[in-house]
Amino acid sequence: MSDTQQPAAHAAPPPRTVPGTGAQRRHVLVAIVNNRPGVLNRVASLMRARNFNIESLAVSHLDDPEISRMTITLRGDDVNVEQAAKQLYKLIDVLKVQDVTDDPTVQHELVLVKVRATDRNRGELISIVEMYKARIVDMAPDSVIVESTGTESEVDALIALLRGYGIKEMVRTGTVVMSRGPQSIEEATKR
Amino acid sequence: MAMTKGDGATGPTAGRGATRMSGEAGRAQSADTAPSAARTAADPDAAPAPDAAPASRRSHVPGAGTPGADAVERARREMLHEGNRAHQDAADRRERRARIGADVVCEAILRQDVNVLFGYPGGVILPLYDVLGDHPALRHVLVRHEQGAAHAADGYARATGKVGVCLGTSGPAATNLVTGIATAQLDSVPMVAITGNVPGALIGKDAFQEIDITGITLPMTKHNYLVRDANDLPRVLAEAFYIARTGRPGPVHVDITKDALQQETNAPHPSDEEIAAGLPGFRPTFDGHPRQIRLVAEEIARAKRPIIFAGHGVLIADAMDELRDLAERTQIPVAWTLLGIGAIDETHPLAYGYMGMHGWKHVNRAIQSADLILAFGMRFDDRVTGSVKTYAPYARIVHVDIDPAEIGKNVAVEVPVVGDARRVMAALLATLPVTDPAERAEYHAQLAEWRRESLAGSWHGSGASRSGYLTADFVIEQIGDVTNHDATMVADVGQNQMWMARYAGYRRPHSHLSSGGLGTMGYAVPTAMGAALGRPDKSTWAVCGDGGFQMTIQELATLVQDHIPVRIALLDNKKLGMIRQWQEIFYAGNYHSSNLFGPDFLKLCEAYGIPAWKATSPEEVRPAIEAAEAVDGPSFVWFEIAEEQNVFPIMPAGKGLSDLIEKWGGADE
Repeated sequence: MSDTQQPAAHAAPPPRTVPGTGAQRRHVLVAIVNNRPGVLNRVASLMRARNFNIESLAVSHLDDPEISRMTITLRGDDVNVEQAAKQLYKLIDVLKVQDVTDDPTVQHELVLVKVRATDRNRGELISIVEMYKARIVDMAPDSVIVESTGTESEVDALIALLRGYGIKEMVRTGTVVMSRGPQSIEEATKR
Repeated sequence: MAMTKGDGATGPTAGRGATRMSGEAGRAQSADTAPSAARTAADPDAAPAPDAAPASRRSHVPGAGTPGADAVERARREMLHEGNRAHQDAADRRERRARIGADVVCEAILRQDVNVLFGYPGGVILPLYDVLGDHPALRHVLVRHEQGAAHAADGYARATGKVGVCLGTSGPAATNLVTGIATAQLDSVPMVAITGNVPGALIGKDAFQEIDITGITLPMTKHNYLVRDANDLPRVLAEAFYIARTGRPGPVHVDITKDALQQETNAPHPSDEEIAAGLPGFRPTFDGHPRQIRLVAEEIARAKRPIIFAGHGVLIADAMDELRDLAERTQIPVAWTLLGIGAIDETHPLAYGYMGMHGWKHVNRAIQSADLILAFGMRFDDRVTGSVKTYAPYARIVHVDIDPAEIGKNVAVEVPVVGDARRVMAALLATLPVTDPAERAEYHAQLAEWRRESLAGSWHGSGASRSGYLTADFVIEQIGDVTNHDATMVADVGQNQMWMARYAGYRRPHSHLSSGGLGTMGYAVPTAMGAALGRPDKSTWAVCGDGGFQMTIQELATLVQDHIPVRIALLDNKKLGMIRQWQEIFYAGNYHSSNLFGPDFLKLCEAYGIPAWKATSPEEVRPAIEAAEAVDGPSFVWFEIAEEQNVFPIMPAGKGLSDLIEKWGGADE
């Protein structure tokens, strides 16, 4: 009798699924962490060491200055991202981790774009900015700074239009996210 | 000021280039006048004219005159001039002096019921060595290399279940500890590693022996700290010990600046309750969820060919009794991982054997045909599963582990249970009915037949020598036999480790210590040192190959100086045996760098003053082991073993448990 054959006659079993080999998609994790030196490094180091690829990471302290909130977007299959969340949770300085990918949420990011602008096209630029509910926060003889908030795809669309004028400089904060409705991840934090 | 990549070479001090270039001569000339001039400089940021005379040169201290810069200067002086208290009488001193950070470290260790620590002194940790004599209950073992200290702390922890403590100074000492810390991390061993660091004001200045050690240990510890204020020390050390031993154990590194060690403090030691309350981010789950426990019971009731896996978690959770009861109640055989050895007495009728890459064929066969795996406290390491795709193809998997991140990490499981192995087993025992052995008679008969085949098929037991040399399994069996299977056996890494796992015969928990996850060569001797001090009631054997032994050979001196009764069994095949085996089987016999020169080990032991024996024929083996066992203090036995002996079966990398190689070139092991 060979090893893979079980005692009763049986069809060959299907191969066992290997964790992390499912369909990849974008996930958003929210982590509530202690606001202490080195915590960002711990999170970043863990994600690197365990081979998770962060797309964006936004950090800020909360109303309680002792704790911070991280919004991490990353790509991976569901099992893989769950593993990332569990590993994050093991860090002593991480108080709560939640995958909000499938929750109803508001997901916004902020972008500042310094665009070339001349007397000839400045008016045109301003109308695009107004149409996208963005605003101009600085104006110089040959450039303007456009500020916009919105979802990643809204921001992408605006940037695509501005690219034609010549982007001199750009900074994006990365997505920050909050669940819709009354529930609060902060209130649910283990403290 | 704007800094972009590229001009970093000149940077903020660019304007002072001319002064810098004036060289040592100019510096010495102006030494008596320059400092005062510098301190009164009105505008420290104004760069002097390129050709300014040395007398008017500004200070070399960045930001001179500010409190930060003064602290740096004080710290530099401190680094160079050690305290002059060394010659004072210790008892006198203890009464006269105030409690400092270094005292807090000693108190914190003693409060954990740990009375041995392993370390090596150095510049910035000296304040701690200055007070160690004032805490006589704490025994310090001076190792010969910090790696030995970390392994010894590991051995102490594995043998006793308490937290092991190792100590080193900054820089090279700290990096030397890293291998031992990583070993503890991968094998979930509770350890607190303490290092000194340069005074707080010098951190980040690349001071002498400064390295970002917390940055280095961050990914290989359960948690780490940098302490710069002695008032934080009681809390941090209590947290470190609490984190190291609670839940899934692991190493915690505490890096303490020299000035914090010297700083006076009255801060009290917190209680465990206060510590737990202060760590909201650390709340391990101990009790399995009742719904999951019910699901496990249902799985067991349905299963026809179930098998229990015992991992390190069973030993850590002290769940040996529950494991035996569970196996007996359900009549399910128990297989174990490398670190699960000792979880069940190997002579128990339901103890089936060691699994995995070099596991017994019958065990791997049972796994490949099982319909239910009940895994407790293990992590489905690649050495256990081989290719996951073909692993246990008929089995549903119940995975019990205290670390939720282990569940679903390497294999997908049907029933996850997060919890402590002992509590989950106890909860299961309360719900499970007693299984009539007759129900499983057919299954057990099959298992028994596989076991008979496996034992008869391998060369195991076929002889004590080959081509004029000893066989390793014979030697290891004899050691197990002479020590009544009660000794603490510490394996090194490589072939010897696998022979130890297979042939020593373990009957007692914590009687087998092995670097399973990291596979750290040189592990055995220093680890045995810690184990022997932790469990002086048991004989301790370090079984090494000639490769691993020569990696930490320096600890022989520690064994002698501290009179630590470790028996060393050297399995000498003048080869890196496992490397040679892989080169023979997987690299077409292309041997490279697997030949090993070693010294005359009897002369070596003579030089150290260690009683030593050499055995080259089977009849010399037992008397040599008995003689070594009778020595008061360290002893050594040199076994010359056959160089072509391989560990079989072996599962090739990337293959599955059904693809074991049992023979090669006509020689079956």
